[in-house]
Amino acid sequence: MKKKLICIECPKGCSLDVDIENCRVVKVTGAQCPKGEKYAISEIEDPKRILTATILTKGFPLKLLPVRTDQPIPKARIADAMKAIRKLRVTKRVKTGEVIARDFLGIPGVSVLATRDLEMLK
Amino acid sequence: MIERELVIVGAGPGGMAAAISAYENGVRDILLLERDQYPGGILNQCIHTGFGLDYFKEILTGPEYAERFIKKIKAIPEIELSLRSFVTLLTGDKLLTYFKPGRIETVKARCLIMATGCREKTREMVHIGGTRPSGIFSAGLAQKLINIDGLLPGEEIVIVGSGDIGLIMARRFTLEGAKVKAVIEIQDKTRGLLRNVVQCVTDFDIPLYFNHKIVKIFGKDRVTGVSVARVDSDMREVTGTGFKIDCDTVLLSVGLIPENELIEMAGVRIDKKTNCPVSDETNKTSVPGLFVCGNAFMVYDLADSVSKDSEAAGRLAAEYLKKIGRAG
Repeated sequence: MKKKLICIECPKGCSLDVDIENCRVVKVTGAQCPKGEKYAISEIEDPKRILTATILTKGFPLKLLPVRTDQPIPKARIADAMKAIRKLRVTKRVKTGEVIARDFLGIPGVSVLATRDLEMLK
Repeated sequence: MIERELVIVGAGPGGMAAAISAYENGVRDILLLERDQYPGGILNQCIHTGFGLDYFKEILTGPEYAERFIKKIKAIPEIELSLRSFVTLLTGDKLLTYFKPGRIETVKARCLIMATGCREKTREMVHIGGTRPSGIFSAGLAQKLINIDGLLPGEEIVIVGSGDIGLIMARRFTLEGAKVKAVIEIQDKTRGLLRNVVQCVTDFDIPLYFNHKIVKIFGKDRVTGVSVARVDSDMREVTGTGFKIDCDTVLLSVGLIPENELIEMAGVRIDKKTNCPVSDETNKTSVPGLFVCGNAFMVYDLADSVSKDSEAAGRLAAEYLKKIGRAG
């Protein structure tokens, strides 16, 4: 089977032609860099996305703390992930990159990170 | 009156990069004015990834990208960051008046860099007929409401135009539980990046119509729907192709305009069609020592490109100050 994909790894958006046999990628053409092939394999065999969202803060002038998963999570779990994100609250000062939740969604090693400093205004 | 070597207006990806670069090129007195209470500009509301690959060789979100620059700025005492400082007046001899909480300041800049960014086109600029109910937002405004203020502006959304912010907001609304019913693009291809079509629209099975336009917006107090029709290659409506979509919210993502009213006030020549300064060289204007960088100079696709070209503005400012220093 042949499939066309657009690589999302960088702003170029390379058009990829992917040959698939038994749900496995056997050949990728059209990528301008090695990231394209990696993307095509992941997209066909185990599609994943980095999730970015916000969580509510308590006691800070900034109402929402922007967060991200530190690595891509399965696309099929994005809706679950949003449900879990909605339950999180942050009540302490945090720095960009600080871990807000570990083993997120029960996936070992996946963390939710703050993407902004949360502090009181001077 | 206070005189400063270099004044920079706007502490987004352009202004911050310009300030750091000016310092690195020898300028030792820099005033960086920002109207918001936080530095970072529009990056703060761009919580999605897609920043930094060019500039930092890393995939970052908007706030993370901003943080890199904010840290650097705060570590350089020669850069004075003045927040909640809103410039309202600029003269040709680089006299700036700005408001700060509780006072009005006037400062004379020996050299000036404007990093005022751009704003979104409005409904009036794309000629959509119909009523004027509430529920019509520019995509960036909706982004601020959701990502900064924690407010969801609507539940059933139609997005007009396929600019990057519109595509990003299609995903954002969907993740927050709203239903994005369609993205309507008058051209035959997206105005945004292809990767945003994939990860923001295709990922969530949102219908994307090319060669279609919004003809009318319906609703008395609140938007109740829009009518959509196919257009031909001359962008004219094709009769008999119209259909209606019920929705309570319309988002516009139909392009950006450089924000250059201040320099226009100062007598800088502006191209009235694009709102960019008339210039033969990046960042330069018709007034010596008055530079414009980032999206105020021309609208870029990527914040990374804004920062890169704004570094050049910092260098130009340093060179200009050296030159007038010697002359004086």
